[in-house]
Parts: sequence; C-alpha cells; structure tokens
Amino acid sequence: MNILNTVGLAPYLIVSGLLFTIGLFGIFASRKNLIVILMSIELMLLSANLNLIAFSSALENLTGQVLVMFTLTVAAAESAIGLAIVMVYYRNRHSVEVQDATMMKG
Amino acid sequence: MMPIILFYIFAVILLLSAVMVVISRNSVHAALFLVLAFCNASGLFLIAGAEFLAILLIAIYAGAVMILFLFIVMTMQTNLVQLKEGMQHYLPVGFCIAIVLVVELIIVAINWHIDPNVAEAARQPLLQNMSNTKALGSLIYTNYIFLFQMAGLVLLVAMIGAIVLTLRKRPTNRRQVVARQHMREPNQTLEMRSVELNKGVDDLGGYLRPKETYYGIAQEDSFGPKPGDKMDITEKRQEREQSK
Repeated sequence: MNILNTVGLAPYLIVSGLLFTIGLFGIFASRKNLIVILMSIELMLLSANLNLIAFSSALENLTGQVLVMFTLTVAAAESAIGLAIVMVYYRNRHSVEVQDATMMKG
Repeated sequence: MMPIILFYIFAVILLLSAVMVVISRNSVHAALFLVLAFCNASGLFLIAGAEFLAILLIAIYAGAVMILFLFIVMTMQTNLVQLKEGMQHYLPVGFCIAIVLVVELIIVAINWHIDPNVAEAARQPLLQNMSNTKALGSLIYTNYIFLFQMAGLVLLVAMIGAIVLTLRKRPTNRRQVVARQHMREPNQTLEMRSVELNKGVDDLGGYLRPKETYYGIAQEDSFGPKPGDKMDITEKRQEREQSK
C-alpha cells in the first residue's frame, strides 16, 4: 500500500515533525521529573519511526520498516536501562528531579 | 477518502496525547497518555501499510514498556506539589528551543525535494506480492541477519545492565551459595545421638539442630540477622509500629 495514493507523504512528515518538537519541548519543560523526560525521548523515537515508515511506504522499499524494528529494539533497551538508572537515583536521593544530580558537581 | 479521514483522526489524537504526556502533572497520567499516543501511532502505521510493525508497537510499548514505566512510577512517592511549581520556570526555555527546531524544520522542508529517479531505484519488485510480515521476515533473515543478531545482543546487554544496576545486597537477603553447599559435609551440621527408650532427649541436653557451627560454616549474613545483631531490625520495626 503506497501512501502517495491515499494520504500523501507531507502530512506524515508534518505529524512526525510536530511530534518530535513536542518531545523536545517535553525534555526541556519537565526538568522536575526524570520519568517524563524518558517518556519524551520515547515520543521523539516514535516520530523518527513514523518518518521511516512514511518513506518506506512512499518509496515502496521495506528497508525502512526493518530499520524501525531495530529502532524499537534499541528504544526498549534504552527505556529499561533508563528506568533502572532512575530507580537507583531515586533510591540514593529520594527524588526524581534533575537539579538534585549534583554529586559530581555537574 | 476513508484513509485520509482516519489519518487525520489518528494524527490529531496522537499529537494531543503527546502534548498531554508532556504537560500532565501526574506521572501515571503521563504514562497512560503515552499508551494512547502509541496506539494512535500504530493506527498511522496501519494506514501506511506496515501491519506487522503496528502490532509490534502495541505489543512492545503498550504491553511491556508502559507496564515498566507504570511500575517504576508507582514505586516512587514523588511530591506532586513540588513538581507543579517547577513547571512554569522552565516553560520559556522549552518554547524557545521548540520554536527554533520548528523554524529549522520549515527551512529544511522548503529546500527539500526528492529525486524522481529514487522511487524507481528503491522499489523492491520481489517483495510486491507478499504479505507485510512475510516480506519483513524474508529481509531480516537474509540481508539483515547480522543486524538482527546484534539487536538480540543489545537486548541481552540491556537486561544484564538493568539487573546489575538495580540489584542490591541487603543484609536480610537470603542467598544460596552453591559452592559452600556442596563443600559441606553432613557431620558438620548434624550429629547422631543415641536415645534410650522412654527417656526422651532432655537428659542429653535436648537436641540441637542446627549446630552452633552452623553460622560459622554459613556465608556471613546470608541467613538473616542473628539475635542481638547490628543488622537485627526487629527493634526498629517495633519502634516504627509504636509510632504509628
């Protein structure tokens, strides 16, 4: 199924760009909560996936979808490790705020 | 016509729920909105013809990653009032960077065009008459087998990393040390006593099992606190219950 025959490529790219912008905004706006930052990163990865799928469909080349599979794998691994880090951070600091990560004077 | 209407419905709900993920105060609500966002994104995948990835997205994200997020959020007791205060402080910075990104994307979009020959060069005629899942499989297990194995390795590393990060040795943990268990002889911990008929074991000083040497042989701290130990938290627990 080629999206050029139905929706077109541009709407997909616009939605993907807006999603990426929302994710980036979330990273900077929610400095008080590490978990929401992780969720924003998931949103940005999703927008990249949407882009890959749209081009894969428009060019009728499945390589984009293969790449999306690997991106999903890496995203799942990333969220697991990220949540483990957040868990250890919360255990040591009793907080999930970014500002409290001052142990290394960063 | 139908795919276009569906596309806009899915896209609008996706963007709205993404905004809600970012601005909602409660992390549990944010995680649930993220599930909604991923379900709508899988709808967009379906419209683009990627059926297998659509179901994969729901299975992995709504099924696994979001459960992980909710589990972590619910184990933490974060102060919601404090989270509310910090939000306004960082809004201008976020807006500035978002606007810069949007302007950059628009500039890219204006100057962007596809070479008409690309579509012809990229087309894969061999995969035309297959279902999406079969075509993906025939690509993954041939051209991309190395990447496929590497993806498995990434997952293994992530699993080991998450376990190593969150594992902690507590004095009350009961661990099994197989080597010590196998090294132990029965007569180190057990002893045979001959008891006369109708006498009982009281004259022999009762029976002692496990022997005193038990703690010496056992791994330190692996059998819980001994009475009166520094690690014995029964007093602390009683104090805590009294204070309630």
